Amino acid sequence: MLLGFDPMLLLTPDLGLVFWTTAVFLVFWFLVGKFAFKPIAKAIKDREQTITDALAAAEKAKSDVQQLQADNATLLKAAKEESALILKEAKDLKNSIVAEAHNSAKEEAAKIVANAKLEIEAQKKAALAEVKNEVSKLSLEIAQKVIGRELDSTKDQQNYINSLVDKLN
Amino acid sequence: MLLLSISFTSIANTAHSSAHTTDSTKSETKDVSAEVVEHIMNHVSDANQNHIATIHEDGKEPKHISIPLPCILWNKNTGKLDVFMSSKFHHGHEAYNGYILDAHTGRVLDAATGTRDTFYDFSITKNVFNILIGFFILTILIFVVKSAYTKRQGQAPKGIQAFLEPIIVFIIDDVAKPNIGPKYEKYLPYLLCVFFFILINNLLGLVPFLGGINSSGNISFTMSLAFCSLLIINLSGNKHYWQHIFAMPGVPKWVLVILTPVELMGVLLKPAVLMLRLFGNITGGHITVLAIVGLVFIMGKLGTNVGGATAGSAIMFPILLFVNAMELFVAFLQAYVFTLLTAIFIGAAIEEHHHSEEHH
Repeated sequence: MLLGFDPMLLLTPDLGLVFWTTAVFLVFWFLVGKFAFKPIAKAIKDREQTITDALAAAEKAKSDVQQLQADNATLLKAAKEESALILKEAKDLKNSIVAEAHNSAKEEAAKIVANAKLEIEAQKKAALAEVKNEVSKLSLEIAQKVIGRELDSTKDQQNYINSLVDKLN
Repeated sequence: MLLLSISFTSIANTAHSSAHTTDSTKSETKDVSAEVVEHIMNHVSDANQNHIATIHEDGKEPKHISIPLPCILWNKNTGKLDVFMSSKFHHGHEAYNGYILDAHTGRVLDAATGTRDTFYDFSITKNVFNILIGFFILTILIFVVKSAYTKRQGQAPKGIQAFLEPIIVFIIDDVAKPNIGPKYEKYLPYLLCVFFFILINNLLGLVPFLGGINSSGNISFTMSLAFCSLLIINLSGNKHYWQHIFAMPGVPKWVLVILTPVELMGVLLKPAVLMLRLFGNITGGHITVLAIVGLVFIMGKLGTNVGGATAGSAIMFPILLFVNAMELFVAFLQAYVFTLLTAIFIGAAIEEHHHSEEHH
């Protein structure tokens, strides 16, 4: 006994209090456990899932964007390379066209010159032939005029002169 | 805390009047200590009324302030249920229906025998009163939080929801999941209920103007909850659990003669430990707080020594502040420990022993 109080009383369960505690707790457990904590736990779990999903989606979107950016960079690089290539080709083409034009112009000129030479040659020949003809004609006329009276305009005489002229050619 | 002191003024005044009758200072000091201890013990025990304070004025009858509570008594002799309010006793001054109220302990006694043996007391005592208040506060609070979850589905918590959610998530993630394993969801409502039920009663016990009722420190309370845990643990026990109790695999037969009784005792000891730990911690806390307050009355010799009372108050105040803060922590800690150990025991009972091959 401690100063008029039995401490064992503290350790003695009381039927009424056990009854009420158990009753209230069971009601609480049934009511709150079933109709509040279960939905709350489910809501928390669902939200956790949603957040996890959203984070994963965000991560995926981020990597997608990065992928896209990388793709764009490659595309851009390729496009640049291609345009450079096209430019170079165009330049080459231009140079070759210019060169070709230069050459063909030269050839054309040479051809024209050659043709002109041939023409000149032909003209010269024609002119010479004409001159020869004229000369023979003239000589014949002169000869006719000179010797026309003595010489009969017989057939033999005519043939002889023609053969002479032919020999001249 | 302030009102705890007010309730202590009652002992101060009762002893003050008795101080006039005793001449010896030595016996007076002893009376004070006895008075303080009695007050403390009555405070931590149950009572049929919720006594808040007693006001003494010179030359007048002491005035009692208490919340009357319903008395529900099942009379063993008549087999009848007697229901009436404890206010009928007029604070122990009058008998009612063959019952009296012990003015000191606040408990109903049989008027004829002066004992509690002739009836079963199912009254709404001050502890039941406290438990009911806790029940209503918690139920409303948790249903408000629940509706917040349904209304604001998938959104960040707000208000009370944000206050309770970390606690709920803590119980789920740090108590249930790691200790019970994948089947934790089945036991989650019980763990949460036990945790909040203990917590609210611990916290209400710290509120002085309700009387600082020591309900969660009462052995009946802790026994009831420990018994629920005992049922949950053993009813969910699987084949391996019982096999380990009755026939521990890989142990020689003759050892089982010793081991099986020990294991069987363990079945009861686990919840018994839960019961005693909560009881000891909470009752101990209440006694500590009251003993520190009692220091003022002992040093002040119940108002006859003003200097002593002032010195006592000066010493008491910072210590009491510290102890009360610690009690607040203990309120959470013990609710957590009870829940954690229940979870661990459930986990051990439902664990699948994939390592059972090792025993052979």
